[in-house]
Parts: sequence; C-alpha cells; structure tokens
Amino acid sequence: MTTTTATRSPAEITLITLAFVFAAALLVVPLAVIFAFALREGLGVYLSNIAEPSTVHAIGLTVLTSLIVVPINIAVGICVAWLVTRFKFPGRQVLITFIELPAAVSPIVAGTVYLFLYGGQGLLGPVLQGAGIQLMFTVTAIILVGLFVTAPFVARELIPLMQQQGTEDEEAALSLGANGWQMFWFVTLPNIRWAILYGAILTNARVMGEFGAVSVVSGSIRGQTNTLPLQISQLFNDFNVTGSFAAASTLALMAVLTLILKSTLEARGGWR
Amino acid sequence: MNKLLATAVAAVVLGTSPVFAQPTDILNASYDIARELFEAENAAYAATGATVTVNQSHAGSSAQARAVLEGLAADVVTFNQVTDIDKLVDGGFVSDDWASEFPNNAAPFYSFPAFLVRAGNPKGISDWGDLAADGVQVIFPNPKTSGNGRYTYLAARAWAIEEYAGDEAKIEEFLTKLFANVPVFETGGRAATTAFTERQLGDVLVSFEAEVLSVKKQLGADKYDAVTPSVSFLSEFPVAIVDKVVDARGSRDLAKAYLEFLFTPEGQEVAAANFHRPSDDAVLAAHAADFPEIRLVTVDEAFGGWDKVAAEHFADGGLLDKVFLNQ
Amino acid sequence: MAQRRSKHLLPGFGLTLGVSMLYITIIIALPLLAMLLKVGGMGWEEFWRIVASNRSLAAYRITFSSAFIATIFNGALGLLLAWVLTRYSFPGKRILDALVDLPFALPTAVAGLVLVTLFAPTGWYGQLLEPNGFKVNYTQAGIIIAMTFTSIPFVVRTVQPVLEDIQVDLEEAAKTLGATPWQVFSRVIWPTILPAFMAGCVLSFARALGEFGAVVFIAGNLPGKTEIVSLLIFIRIDEYNYEGAAALAFVLLVAAFCLLLLTNALQSWQTRYADRSR
Repeated sequence: MTTTTATRSPAEITLITLAFVFAAALLVVPLAVIFAFALREGLGVYLSNIAEPSTVHAIGLTVLTSLIVVPINIAVGICVAWLVTRFKFPGRQVLITFIELPAAVSPIVAGTVYLFLYGGQGLLGPVLQGAGIQLMFTVTAIILVGLFVTAPFVARELIPLMQQQGTEDEEAALSLGANGWQMFWFVTLPNIRWAILYGAILTNARVMGEFGAVSVVSGSIRGQTNTLPLQISQLFNDFNVTGSFAAASTLALMAVLTLILKSTLEARGGWR
Repeated sequence: MNKLLATAVAAVVLGTSPVFAQPTDILNASYDIARELFEAENAAYAATGATVTVNQSHAGSSAQARAVLEGLAADVVTFNQVTDIDKLVDGGFVSDDWASEFPNNAAPFYSFPAFLVRAGNPKGISDWGDLAADGVQVIFPNPKTSGNGRYTYLAARAWAIEEYAGDEAKIEEFLTKLFANVPVFETGGRAATTAFTERQLGDVLVSFEAEVLSVKKQLGADKYDAVTPSVSFLSEFPVAIVDKVVDARGSRDLAKAYLEFLFTPEGQEVAAANFHRPSDDAVLAAHAADFPEIRLVTVDEAFGGWDKVAAEHFADGGLLDKVFLNQ
Repeated sequence: MAQRRSKHLLPGFGLTLGVSMLYITIIIALPLLAMLLKVGGMGWEEFWRIVASNRSLAAYRITFSSAFIATIFNGALGLLLAWVLTRYSFPGKRILDALVDLPFALPTAVAGLVLVTLFAPTGWYGQLLEPNGFKVNYTQAGIIIAMTFTSIPFVVRTVQPVLEDIQVDLEEAAKTLGATPWQVFSRVIWPTILPAFMAGCVLSFARALGEFGAVVFIAGNLPGKTEIVSLLIFIRIDEYNYEGAAALAFVLLVAAFCLLLLTNALQSWQTRYADRSR
C-alpha cells in the first residue's frame, strides 16, 4: 500500500490535489469560519454569548430532544431490521418504503404533515384539545417531528448488515437451547452493535440539527421551544451575528465529534 | 386508536412540561419587530419586584394569531393590529370586551408606517407617491401575515384617497404599482428589515417608525436616513389577555399585572426609549425630541372602523387581494 | 449472500411486527394521512389552481433546476473524491475521508449561516467573487451552492464501496491486453460503478429538492426568482392558507416518493450487477 511520491503519476498528483482543493474550499473553510466568527470578539464575549440564558436553554432542549429520540429510534430500528431481514411476509416491501420515506421528504413537508394532524384545524387536534392535550408548539411536537425525520437512520444501517450476516448463528443458538432474548443479547446484538452505534450517531446529528420541520411545529418561544438551530436563526435576524455563530459553534463541535466517532467506528467496524 | 394515541402522547407531555404547578411564567406572543422592546419591558418589569418569568415569541402579528388559534399557549398577546385580536375573539380565545379591560382601548403605545432609505436618499423619496414611481424598489412585509404590512397598505390607501380625491380607479392603479414595486414580501417586519439592511434589497423600507428609528440608531445614521411622509396611518398596538389560556393555566392575575405594567409611567418610558410612541401624553412630551411631527389619520376617519376594514379590504377576494397579486 | 429463509423459525415476529406497525402508523403514516385528507378534501379544481399557479410553477422551476445543477456538480466531485479515496494512498487520507461526511453532521441552519457569511460582499469568498461580478448571496447561485454543500456525501458514499470491490485483476488483464488507462476506465470501471453512481445522484437530487435550512439563509426568497417550493409551503402556512400548503406539500411528497422508488430500483440493479460480476 505504500506508494512513494516518486512513483506517483502526474494524473494521480493532479487528482489528489484537486480533491484537497475542493475539500478545503467546501468543507474545511466553512468549518473554520464558524469558530473564527464565534471568537472574533474574544473568548470572553464568546463565553458570555454561550451563557446567554436563552442559548443555554436551547442547548438543553436540543440535548433533551436527542436523549428521547435516539433511544426510541434505536429500539424501533432494531425491531424493523429484525422483522424485514428475518421474516418474509406480505407487505414487507411497503413497510420498508414507509420507514425510508421520511429521509426522502423535505423537512418542511414533515412539519406540515404534523400540523395537519395535531394543529387546531388538524385531524386529531380538535379531539386532543377537547381532552386538554396541546401538542403543537410544545416540546412534544419537537420530539415527534424529530422521531419522524430520523426514523430510517438506524434501520438503514442494520438491514443490509443483518441480511448479509444471515441467520445461521441465531438458529444455532436456538438449537442449543437459548431462548429468544438470550439469542438476541448474546448472538445478534454483538454482531450489530457497531452498526447500531453508527446509526445512533447519524440520528443524533440529524435530530440535534433539524431546522425545517421544527420551525413549523415550534412556536419559537425563547427559553421554551427554541432548539439550537432556531436560536441561531433568531439571533441572526436580531443582527446578533456573533451570538449566532457562538450558538452555531456548539453544533459545529457536535458535528466534529460525530465525524471523529464515525471514522473511528469505520476503522474498526468493517461491516460496510 | 385516538384514545391509545392520546394516552401515549399524554405520557410524554406530562413528562416534559410543568402543567400542574402554580405558574411562575407567562408567554407573550408578539409581533416581529418588538423583540428588543419586550426584552427591555421585561427587564423593567422585573426591576419593579415582579418575580414572574415572561417568555417571548415573535413573528408577524397575523402569523402569531394563527399560532395562538393552533394552540400556541400564549397568556397574553401584544399585537400591532386590532384585526389580529379580533381573530382570537372569533376563535373564542379572547373575550369580546377585551378593549375595555385596559386604558386607552388596551393600546399602550402606537406607531405608524414610516420610511427608511439609504444614506443621502438617492431616489429622492419623500412621500407615498414616490413609492409607486418606476424604478423604485420597496420593501415591506406580507400583508397576509403581518399587521405591519397591512398598515402599510392602509396608510398608502389613506394617502391616495386624499391625493386622488376618492377616485377608486386611480387609487387602485397607484396601489397596484406600489405592490408591483415590492420584490419580496417577507412574513414579518423584522425579516423585511433584514432584507433591506443585510441583503441590501430595495431602495426604501416601509415599516413602523419604531423599527425605522431603532434600525437607524442600531446600524448607523451614516448608512440610513429616516423619512417621515406627509401623512400616515395611526397604528395602535393592542394588548389582550388570552382568556382560554389563562383560565386553563390559572395565570390570569400574572397576565393582567404584566399588561397593566405596560401602561404605567415606567412601562411607557421603556416604550419611548425603544421608539414606540407612548399613549401617556406626559411621557410622550418628555421624549418629543425623538419623535418628529406627523399627521396621522385613524381607522375611523379613513375607513369607518376595523370591522369595515376587515370585511371590505382584508377578507378573501377583498380590496387588498385586488392589488396584492399573491399567486 | 447465501441466505436461508427459515419461515418463522426465529422468534420475535409478533413483537417486532407489532412495534414496527404501531410506530409506523403513529409517527409516519398517520401524519401523512392527515395531509392526504386535507388535499383530498379540497377538490380537483382548487388543487390544480394552487399547484399550477405561476408562483408555484416558478418555485418548481427554481427548485428543480438548482437541484439538478447541484447534482451534476456533486456527481463529478463525488466521483473524484471516491476515486482518490479508494485508489491512492497519501497523507491526510483518513481526515479527508472523514470530512466528506461533514455536510451530514453539520446542521443545515449552521451551513446556511456559514455560507451566507462566506459569500457576503465582505466575506472570505464574497470579496473575491463580487468584484468580478459574480454575486452568490440572494441569487440562484446561492441556492445551488447551499444544495451542493448539503448533498456532497451521497455520490462519494455510494460509489466508494463499489470502486473498492472492483477486482484489480480485471483491470490488470485489460492493461496487459494493451488498453490505455482511459479505456480501462470507460470499458471496465465506469460500467461497473454506473448503477451506484446513478443511485448516488438520485439520492443527492432528492436531498437537494427538499433542502430548506441552508437555502433560506442564502437565497433571497424572492417569489419567481429565488423562492423554493419548501419556502413557499412555509409562507402559505404562515398566511393561514392551509390548502395552499397542503397542495404544494403533496407535490413534494409525490416527487420524493418517485425518487425513492427510483433509488430502490437502481440499488437492486446494482446488487444484481455486483452478484453477476463476482
């Protein structure tokens, strides 16, 4: 695998250079600009921007949403993957299409369909309001659209892997007398845990950063239903560009962490 | 199915939001440009010893009315137009005697559509007629979502009624040209300001005087000039308690005390400092230097009251739709 | 790929079917149904008036053409990156590989904020471009750049594994038979990666069509010029014009659904292709 510089062809050098130029212009510089702008008025201003109560609350709400959404979608993703890779049944393809659909639609559409379900004019909104339950413009609505937009992420990682792994190990475990849960814990789970983690990281990144769907169903109440992306947008509209970048830098850190975790997992995983 | 769903979601709701405790916070749903105003009002209110936390939500006034109708749990609304509160009255959220609950028809402050132009006023804009000229680009928010935008329409029409002596064909022609000069209708007043200042769109921003003066102060008098037209339209900013919400939450006293504060000299002082003209004459007089003279027509003088305006101008297919080809 | 289906021999069918169905019904199907009912309740004429109005047509044109251009660019860039990452070894390769996923990891609102700042007249890129008469912010170029950024990884990540799997002996054989590098690429490599490349392009296009967060920051949002469909839906909601929002959302949903079916078809084509070449 060791190619020394001396043996590189001109084409190779050109292509590698091009790749680095594009990556620098499109990926590195945008990442750098976030921190440059967040810190341009000094570390003190940066820290006080982060400590701004409405920003602190937005960070808390964003983390809370992720803490609820990620475990639920991991559990559901495992269920769906088990179902479609271990059994054949009518409607299987329809089920896969449904679970994949949220990733394909615009986040605005995701928010809109929830408005038509739970809004005052919606399908269930009036019934729920009659029962004293308000969903639109609450944290619950933010969590629900978070579940929707990230529904496919874990299943999408697990389905190809579990298909490829086949069922021999699991059948062997059963024939050796293991019950269903034992089989799952000791045979299935160890085989898929890295893929689950991988899916969870993607789910987390998306749910923390969701903007379009959340902006439809959140009332954008500072200190209540403002997630970080909404807070960034509001600060920007308030002419507070530095504050906006400070809030953005927290999400950028999350993104960098995501990339590091992902690349570490890929290096040790090898399921893809 | 519904019941199962309701139970499932109820579990989540109860787990995440404090619904039973005695409320210590209220939510103020307000118009787009009032972010800084209510931040200052809330700080001043807290300085009086009030312990309540007042949360803010800002967007176009009508978009906010929609949100409250959809269930945004606002204890109080501080809108910029009576028609938006009337929507809440129609929806059963606000009692129909709301205007008598507070002094001055429940309007603690007022403003009017004014112009902000680029430094030196390169297009020579001085009055409403200049906005319909060829080659002038005008920025103001969407009249369907923003009270600010509807006031602009009403002020322009009020000027045209005088200018063209009530000739409806000429008035409509003027308004059609004015609306055609608008490249983008943002959904809120602040977004329109951002379009004008950050995106450098348009030659003139039409927004409340409160926004015009505050932008000029914030972004630099060397970059923008404020222009006061010959006549404008009195824009009183009404406030109301959302009965349906405060009754459900048990927050009526908190809501009432907060809105009453806006009418006190301290509250009025904060409004004036944020370029909203206070309804208290003494406070207004003290700030006379900040506010230029202007002739303001009222909704009753020009259009025979808000109900008539809502029915004739703002209803679907009304006079506004004739000039605002929003398809 | 050997796979033996054991009919319900493994446990958990009832449980996983129950959980999956319940979740899909509540979280995905029911909200979609609510929108379909809204659209179904408005009547054909009303629906057509909304989806075929001039402003809607302009929004489709802007959205689709921008997504198309972004996809072409990402196709080329994706191919380049996938090639470099699989065929060469060089310092910084792992970092480059990890960076490719940045657009998936970075929230779209942050991407929008960053791009609008970079391309502002005083921004790092804007001050180079604007004096040369190339304005990005608040033009269609801005929409294209936002869409490009948010969908960079798709083509790379679909082509990369296929390129890794191409048997080197096939290439070597072609070379010993006297094929030029270009012939090796066009006759051997390109046909093999084509299905994956197409699938990546369709995914990239679908993502670009739906992109909202990054675009609203940098697009001027001018009706007929820089207004995308997602934004028009958002405006209709704010206007309390729910019919308008529902009809347009339906159009986007149908487009997404068609693209999803196309991706699935391309992926099964790719799987067949891979099986055959093995």
